[in-house]
Amino acid sequence: MNSSLFLRPTCLNRLNRVRNYPTSVNRSTHHPELSKILIANRGEISCRIARTAKRMGLLTTAVYSNMDRDSMHVYLADEAINLGNSPSADSYLNKTKLIEAAKRCGAQAIHPGYGFLSENHEFADMVNSSGLIFIGPPASAIRDMGIKSIAKHIMSHAGVPVVPGYHGEDQSDELLMAEAEKIGFPIMIKAIKGGGGKGMRICLSKEDFLTQLESARRESLKSFGDQSVLIEKYVANPRHVEVQVFADQYGNCVYLFERDCSVQRRHQKIIEEAPGPGISNETRMELGKAAVLAAQAVNYVGAGTVEFIYDPKDGKFYFMEMNTRIQVEHPVTEMITRVDLVEWQIRVARGEVLPKTQDEIKLYGHSLEARIYAEDPDNNFMPGAGKLGKILLPEDEENVRIEMGVRSGDEVSVHYDPMIAKLVVWAPDRSSALTKLRSSLSKFNLSGLKTNINFLHRLASHPEFAKGNVHTDFIKDFENTLFTKTEIPADIVGITAVALFASKSQDELKASPIAADAFRLHKTMPSQKSFTLLYNDKKYNSIIKKLGPEEYSVSINGSSFWPVKAKFDPNTHQLIVEDDGLSKKYQFLQSNDSQIALFTSDQGGYNFEIETKAHYRSIGSADAADGASGLTAPMPGVIEKILVSEGDTVEPGTPLVVMMAMKMEHVIKASVKSKIEKILFKPGDNVQKGARLVQLKSLDQQEN
Amino acid sequence: MLSQVGSKLFWRWTGRVRFIHTDNLPIIETAVDRSSDLFKENYEQLNGATTRLKQLLQKISQGGGEKASTRHTSKGKLLVRDRINELLDPGSPFLELSPLAAYQVYPDEEVPSAGIVTGIGKINGIDCMITANDATVKAGTYYPETVKKHLRAQQIALENKLTCIYLVDSGGANLPHQAEIFPDVNHFGRIFYNQANMSALGIPQIAVVMGSCTAGGAYVPAMSDENIIVHKQGTIFLAGPPLVKAALGEEISAEDLGGASLHCKVSGVTDYLAQDDRHALQLARKVVSNLNIKKKGWSSNYDEDIDGPIEEPLYPLDDLYGIVGENLKRPFEVREVIARIVDGSRFDEFKALYGDSLVTGFGRIYGKKIGIVANNGVLFSQSALKGAHFIQLCSKRGIPLLFLQNITGFMVGREAESGGIAKDGAKLVTAVSCAKVPKFTVLIGGSYGAGNYGMCGRAYSPRFLFTWPNSRISVMGGEQAANVLATIAADQKRREGKELTPEKEKAIKDVILSKFESEGSPYYSSARLWDDGVIDPVDTRRVLGLCLQAASNAPIEKTDFGIFRM
Repeated sequence: MNSSLFLRPTCLNRLNRVRNYPTSVNRSTHHPELSKILIANRGEISCRIARTAKRMGLLTTAVYSNMDRDSMHVYLADEAINLGNSPSADSYLNKTKLIEAAKRCGAQAIHPGYGFLSENHEFADMVNSSGLIFIGPPASAIRDMGIKSIAKHIMSHAGVPVVPGYHGEDQSDELLMAEAEKIGFPIMIKAIKGGGGKGMRICLSKEDFLTQLESARRESLKSFGDQSVLIEKYVANPRHVEVQVFADQYGNCVYLFERDCSVQRRHQKIIEEAPGPGISNETRMELGKAAVLAAQAVNYVGAGTVEFIYDPKDGKFYFMEMNTRIQVEHPVTEMITRVDLVEWQIRVARGEVLPKTQDEIKLYGHSLEARIYAEDPDNNFMPGAGKLGKILLPEDEENVRIEMGVRSGDEVSVHYDPMIAKLVVWAPDRSSALTKLRSSLSKFNLSGLKTNINFLHRLASHPEFAKGNVHTDFIKDFENTLFTKTEIPADIVGITAVALFASKSQDELKASPIAADAFRLHKTMPSQKSFTLLYNDKKYNSIIKKLGPEEYSVSINGSSFWPVKAKFDPNTHQLIVEDDGLSKKYQFLQSNDSQIALFTSDQGGYNFEIETKAHYRSIGSADAADGASGLTAPMPGVIEKILVSEGDTVEPGTPLVVMMAMKMEHVIKASVKSKIEKILFKPGDNVQKGARLVQLKSLDQQEN
Repeated sequence: MLSQVGSKLFWRWTGRVRFIHTDNLPIIETAVDRSSDLFKENYEQLNGATTRLKQLLQKISQGGGEKASTRHTSKGKLLVRDRINELLDPGSPFLELSPLAAYQVYPDEEVPSAGIVTGIGKINGIDCMITANDATVKAGTYYPETVKKHLRAQQIALENKLTCIYLVDSGGANLPHQAEIFPDVNHFGRIFYNQANMSALGIPQIAVVMGSCTAGGAYVPAMSDENIIVHKQGTIFLAGPPLVKAALGEEISAEDLGGASLHCKVSGVTDYLAQDDRHALQLARKVVSNLNIKKKGWSSNYDEDIDGPIEEPLYPLDDLYGIVGENLKRPFEVREVIARIVDGSRFDEFKALYGDSLVTGFGRIYGKKIGIVANNGVLFSQSALKGAHFIQLCSKRGIPLLFLQNITGFMVGREAESGGIAKDGAKLVTAVSCAKVPKFTVLIGGSYGAGNYGMCGRAYSPRFLFTWPNSRISVMGGEQAANVLATIAADQKRREGKELTPEKEKAIKDVILSKFESEGSPYYSSARLWDDGVIDPVDTRRVLGLCLQAASNAPIEKTDFGIFRM
């Protein structure tokens, strides 16, 4: 029974593939009792840590915010503790609550995962001073590496190559401007406490320096509570190469080769691989050694990543920063070294010596990771939120690893990162790994939300990517070929409509063999349905006729009808379409009344909306007919600011409300001259997509 | 071997019923020789007749024609059959009733399907009776046949407890015909009488106003349990603007007088306001979903509704063309027909050796048990007694009955009369009349005289009655009638001392023959709603399945028989 419609809790049993962990003899002298770990995180990383901990015989305690009560990571842990309200600041970022939770459940250690408090030295300090083990580096190392100016300073002293830049304390506009000019444009402005692309701005010329500076400061203040920035030389077309290092409490430090994370959008990685393509063994060794040097310079312990800017033209690399945590993309390193890095973290934390020496660490094959996000690549990768519909994963097979912290029906929340899953593949060489990645992406079928899966597929199919010609501006440089805004093929729309029709008659067919066979006397009025499908906001009016058990006839947007011979399998939700003897399978998924998706084996997936006009949703009422005016939230989010008061008269284009959604500002403006009748929310309120924010009375037109 | 008892009047049936020592029903073995000339000739005839029927219905299903349809759709309205499709579940069957209604009834006008489409389909899995005006046909006005068809749909809904959906788009009564549609018991007023009484019985009445609902028509939505009206399209008023102006001098637009906005906001005549046809139909589906009626269906998942496994017949269904043909004078073996209707061609015959011109027995159609009464020759006393007995069995046991009519009548002559054929026939007619189990009748051949009565003709209230294109219906055969009349005429002449010339005799006979020929045709019958439609013989099993499904919505009543004359 290996049905492909296996909607399973997703991160079970995947990691077991990373096996053959040679357990070296325990040479440790100091071995505190460690039987229970509190995982101070959520999502896939929490699940992933729990699995390794379980395998090691350790108990795990998960923490969760109110919104995450029923989530995957809670389900996987042995125990779970509620942290309260959903905003991160109240839950996953609340240090006191986390330490209390660890004490309450009797955990001896806290694993911070990535993000949240993983690189917060105060938290590390607090954990240690309350007698618990922080599974991560010493607080001092986090602090040293966390402030980029200090980190660079230490590195250049230790002999690690660094990029020229200004890391001074004087943050006056004038001085920063002068320093920028000294370094020479283009330059990069970065929040000192920043990370993950937040508080980071590229400035191409002197003219826009102050605007960008202001913008970087504002974002930094919002995200990190600090607005200090540093300025660096901006290396054009660089590669982002990072080295995984590991150190124990006894001064031993090894590197586990590099990862290339060059392909990024909005300064965030989406596809990573190990080892870096086109990097020679000598360079690999140099990188590794430099990374170890960097780690040792701050007396590092545990898993860390040293990031370098790598210039593919001359093979030179510069220290950029060190991430003092386990990284999102750590699985690719695990795949090529056959090491479980989380296991190593735990073992090092409980005082063991590094399980392997540098010589024992070997490089096997090639691994790629694609990050699957709820976002819209065609709309500047705008993050999405909402309910995950159905999820269908690639079949269980060797060398494909899926890290997921969500299940079908779970919510991708505005409060947290919109990453849905990580798809990791391994093969003996890069080209086979790419093939595997592409086929796995085609089988990664998900409905309900817009995702970047098709985009990742196009990326993985791009000839330049196949050549290994990666750099940080890859997406921008090849946007013409990556964002192929070609029309959706009409036959795909037709097949989707047929699948929708066929799936809708399934229940009745089960009830009786003659209840849904579309029988018509004398075939005079064949069974027919019309659906309006929306794809990228374009309408497709489809009419489907059912002419026989497997015979359909389709018309899209008034085209003439064409025949489709198709059979729907109610068990797998696959539509098998036969065209002149050639049978093709299409995966159909419906997440709710209005969202469906069709996945092809070679052209990616297509998410459609079934148009149910707003007034179609409710039982018809006079109000719906006359059309009430109001402005609605374009996506779920939090009200940041209300710019008008009740009774105000506004002109078209007047900003009314500022919303924060997916960490971005959205300004809701008046479309016509109107009077503000009622403001329906106040700053700080959470709003759902489509929620009416302001009630207006139009002054532009007569009431009808 | 059953054939040894067959009358020599009929072809010898050389097939057999396979008896196996099992509780399952025995299988009818076929003796059909598809390579025989007779089979081929029959096949060609009946297949041809069916093809001609389909071509005619294809044309009729176009409604009022291209021009009227274009005018209709240009207003944003859907055509009546598209409306029905939108209303039904995707893939739902639709058992359209009497599409031939009004065919060639009005000398100078074509009124395709009598301007109204009726039939049974599923909405949210519930069997519904849909009655939909076709505004492309004479503005959806009611002709006498329109009224008859509307009432017939309501009758079926009442008997089978089917939710009624009325898609109203009608100009009301067709004024030139008002005398034939307005005052009588089964005229226009009966529509509303039925609505009220069905509503009283808990049979939901739902109207969707998609066009005009004038005068009497206004009561269709007003008498409904719930109704929907399309914005700027549907209107309801007792008198339209011209009449209002004439009566009161008021000038008012149709929309202001009886539009959706008025009726939803002010008058309360309507309940739900729809933006357009599609929206209205979607709302109607929603209304149905709130009826709190449990879905009916049967399959292995619905054990309580099924009596056995669902099996397709063992033989090709289109053999029916070759078995039956079009020549009614040529008898055919009705068991071969039964073998192509029942599940797995399984049929458990009752009293096979007695009264063998009537075949009775049990079979299943789509898993549902059914008792079959089928003619295999003229009705003798024995056959009538056997039929009455079998009907009593089925009535007592709550098994629906299927009558397959191919009957020239009851046996006549001295022997038959002295044997009491009249009282034995009366027993059969009593049994048929009183049986309260669902009865279904299919005219697969001739239907003449009292044979029509004994075999559950229209007057005996079968839930559904369908005919085959080869069937003929009349009080007696055309030739017999012509002979009777010619004999009477000759006798009269003889009394006057004259002779009926062969030319005169032929003239008398020809008139009668051609009259019987045209009036006996199923087209003539169906045009006048004497049946629920002419069907392709190949569809018989399927149609009966849908009929059984529809009938299963109503509980089976207890039967009380009248006095059987002994």
